[in-house]
Amino acid sequence: MHIMEGFLDPLWCAVWFIIAIPFVALGAKKIIELVREHPEQKMTVALAGAFIFLLSSLKLPSVTGSSSHPTGTGFSAALYGVSVTAFLATIVLIFQALLLAHGGLTTLGANISSMGIIGPFFGVLVWKAMMKGGVSMPISLGITALIADWMTYVVTAFQMTLNHGQSIEAFVNFLSNYALTQIPLSVVECILFYMFGIYLMRNKPEIFDIAGEIAAKAAAKEA
Amino acid sequence: MAESKTIYIAGFAIIALLVIAVLAYGASQDWEFGGADDGAEGVVEEVDPDYEPWWNGIFGDYELPGETEGMLFALQAAIGAIIIGYFIGAYTRKE
Repeated sequence: MHIMEGFLDPLWCAVWFIIAIPFVALGAKKIIELVREHPEQKMTVALAGAFIFLLSSLKLPSVTGSSSHPTGTGFSAALYGVSVTAFLATIVLIFQALLLAHGGLTTLGANISSMGIIGPFFGVLVWKAMMKGGVSMPISLGITALIADWMTYVVTAFQMTLNHGQSIEAFVNFLSNYALTQIPLSVVECILFYMFGIYLMRNKPEIFDIAGEIAAKAAAKEA
Repeated sequence: MAESKTIYIAGFAIIALLVIAVLAYGASQDWEFGGADDGAEGVVEEVDPDYEPWWNGIFGDYELPGETEGMLFALQAAIGAIIIGYFIGAYTRKE
């Protein structure tokens, strides 16, 4: 989903930056508050970021004959929601844009929007629906990761189509480049997070309840 | 514990098999497995043939040596893996 440097018109670069910045700023604020008021959460925030770091560096081969990488945003989305995920994804994307020439600085806003905001947003929707529906935590976490990953690439195809081609045909082309390649990878990510969910169930089952309580308290304080 | 161990082994085995199956099939088809992110360049050429990238980034046309790029990707993975490993080490309940 890393749109390359120079491959979006300045106008679209600006549009995606304007969409991304409020989420990243809110995420930064939330993380600072979280760590200040609940120092024991520091480790969990780091863990959520670590999954994004690790998984977004793993380039895996896919059935379409090209390689791509998972996004790892599902855990962070399920735990802390969209804005925190946006901030964590921003760190990874800046690292990759500066050091790896992977993605770009001008396209940073677009890449944050797909990987850090809109993909995880769909993940959060699925997470909430599944947990409410009584699905077990590991399965919900796996599917959340799958959806957050896959939607990220659908959004990237959409971003590229808005800028290039603006037709159904172009959208299908971009989808087959990004989203089709991503299907097996998001399944791999689903299995990984399912396994991590099993681990959490056995060793730290209260992790989601604690994060949920903190979020509820923060919301109550603002209201 | 025994039950979750089986799940971990099965999970990693399925992932390994998936990757090997894809690579083996790709080898038979002579696929190159280029990055999908770079593949987008080809799609842009197709649907928007007149488009010229307007900026090449702070390093311009200079491309990182493959070795350095591999090192930096490995570094990124290592940072993530260390933190995850620390967490798992710290939180695993003793029997």
